[in-house]
Amino acid sequence: MNLHIRNARVIDPRTRRDTPGSIFVSDGKIAALDTPPPGFVSEREFDASGLVACPGLIDVCARLREPGSEHKATIASETRAAARGGITTLCCPPDTDPVIDEPASVELIYRRVEDAGYATVCPLGALTQGLRGEMLAEMGALKAAGCVGVSNAWEPVSDTRVMRRAFEYAATHDLAVFIQAYDEWLGKNGCANEGPVATRLGLPGVPIVAETVALAQMLELVAATGARVHFSQLSAARSLELVRAARDAGLNVSADVSMNHLHLSENDLLGFNSLCHVRPPLRSERDRDALRAGLRDGTLSAVCSDHQPHEPDAKLAPFPSTEPGISGLDTLLSLALKLVAENALPLLRALEALTSGPADILGIPRGSLAAGTRADICLFDADAQWEVSETSLCSAGHNTPFAGWPLPGRVRAVAIAGQLHEFPD
Amino acid sequence: MNRVAGELSDLQVDAQGNLRHLLTIEGLSREHVVRILDVAESFLGVNDKSIKKVPLLRGKTVVNLFFEPSTRTRTTFELAAKRLSADVLNVNISASATTKGESLLDTLRNLQAMQCDMFIVRHSDSGAPHFIARHVEADVAVVNAGDGWHAHPTQALLDVFTIRRHCADFTQLRVAIVGDVQHSRVARSQIHALNVLGAAEIRVIAPRTLLPDSIEDMGVRVYEDIHTGLKDVDVIIMLRLQHERMLGALLPSEAEYFSTFGLTPERLAKAKPDALVMHPGPTNRGVEIESSVADGPRSLILEQVTNGIAVRMAVMSLIAGPARPPEPA
Repeated sequence: MNLHIRNARVIDPRTRRDTPGSIFVSDGKIAALDTPPPGFVSEREFDASGLVACPGLIDVCARLREPGSEHKATIASETRAAARGGITTLCCPPDTDPVIDEPASVELIYRRVEDAGYATVCPLGALTQGLRGEMLAEMGALKAAGCVGVSNAWEPVSDTRVMRRAFEYAATHDLAVFIQAYDEWLGKNGCANEGPVATRLGLPGVPIVAETVALAQMLELVAATGARVHFSQLSAARSLELVRAARDAGLNVSADVSMNHLHLSENDLLGFNSLCHVRPPLRSERDRDALRAGLRDGTLSAVCSDHQPHEPDAKLAPFPSTEPGISGLDTLLSLALKLVAENALPLLRALEALTSGPADILGIPRGSLAAGTRADICLFDADAQWEVSETSLCSAGHNTPFAGWPLPGRVRAVAIAGQLHEFPD
Repeated sequence: MNRVAGELSDLQVDAQGNLRHLLTIEGLSREHVVRILDVAESFLGVNDKSIKKVPLLRGKTVVNLFFEPSTRTRTTFELAAKRLSADVLNVNISASATTKGESLLDTLRNLQAMQCDMFIVRHSDSGAPHFIARHVEADVAVVNAGDGWHAHPTQALLDVFTIRRHCADFTQLRVAIVGDVQHSRVARSQIHALNVLGAAEIRVIAPRTLLPDSIEDMGVRVYEDIHTGLKDVDVIIMLRLQHERMLGALLPSEAEYFSTFGLTPERLAKAKPDALVMHPGPTNRGVEIESSVADGPRSLILEQVTNGIAVRMAVMSLIAGPARPPEPA
């Protein structure tokens, strides 16, 4: 179907474009901008007056809870929530049940995603079988089945020899390795940033060195093996210094941050607010400011939702016994626009970190409006305000500490591979 | 008032300034604390009479809801409730029972359905009493009997009560808290209580492995050497050292701990000549304190136990008693 989106403020961070114009879509791909390609006959017109049109957002870390935890959420519920939030591609970690360590699991996910018909998914495969940190997963087969990278998620690989081999083997298959930098010993039993707030609340702490020790070790292995490594959800100022130095030294590494860590800090735990129980833990305000700066200067190349939907009971317990994680698909774009409104980030940079930045991390030809690219387009009203509440969330998980926050920006429509979904308020 | 104090006191103090629950000392005003101590003073007399009962909680049901084993704290709460004429139900829920699938909230709802008026809660999770206080019905009160490493407010109140019976003016007092501050809910509550009462100086003395990060922010001075730390203090509070601390590589051995941080007569001599020695119990003799000091003339350890009943009576009667609690004697 030929789609013509007109009167939009067209923003494409990849080309630094931010001007009014039109987008022409044909056969599920971007056909042209501004001037219709020869012979283009529009079958559908979308008037985007007052709306921004940018590439569909790409979320490098979202848990969809399927297979294994369908009582929390399903692929159908979360890919729809993603689309509602302007997200057209989701990358999901392999720590499902069963673990994504064989092609059948990958195929199951692709099938469910297609049945749902909303946002598309790029799964990460397991780095080690069963995420047990002992034997390598069949990375070649996982790649052939459609995995864009490999990861051991939060499961430790204690044996450094296994880690080294995994890096080498992943590099052989040209697969990026996604690392959650976390030393299992230093972080043992912790549930809050080791610091004044955890001390006051008597919560077992996770020190920043739990992240930086693991990070430093991984960077040395990257230098030794030449693997392409991406660090997921860094939480501390010191971690950014390590990544910056490694990149200056020419290492092929990238990093992202969760939207939660750009808005919240350890102070939000006061009163034992279990909705702010996340991994890695929320750090100090100084760390939060450093993460914002790291996103501005490009040390961090993407912001993710780190979406972790939960059933209500998961958070109905004393803080240390609650499950970590925040439901973040619904608020990803708006929280980015809030950073823009607070002058913490230029709009173009904010959208870059949600589109071309994550596309490069995943190594997929998306996240731009260039002709020939899959027509994933997010159309949002930057000036609309909405308030986060249980009824305004589309995800099955309502666990958000942002409830009651008035936020800017509302998605009015998304195109996913040229298929238009409209969301009238 | 800082943010944490604000949020916590919203939960435990009602709009009229009355105590609804006792979850932590943090956020309580000096008046709240002094009021509890004054009422406790009036109950000391009750405990000395041959008929040790007052009818302040007659017809009320108090539930000792203990998710962690405890003999001493549970017994003193039980005695205190009985001396206030309340009916007492002891519910001990081991960790294994809760893993059978019944959530804390389920347990709570079941007990509430039995028309209980007050929950005395001990739990290994920091924040558990806050969680319970948020979910009980409006007319049910919660008293924290120790949560994780967070707070043990009645213990701290009985400690400052005991100190006050010996030295009335807190603004002149130097207090040293010695030992495992990191894992101590008692120490955190003591620090808050002493600060609320305006203590001149609070010191914590421990090896670095047993000191929590940024503990100075709570208004204490840190000493890693017991000799300088005890110099000229008026009160020494020793903390219990749990045996399992050796497992986490926090300390090499109990013997080495005693040789560097144990309270001996020689170290006690660094403090003021009439310094008081306290311990929340149960003591590990030869680990944190030498027997001769624990049993010595300056030790208030048994007096603390006795005072614990009066202080817990005061807390329970102020929270759930008649609108006008007894005037101090």
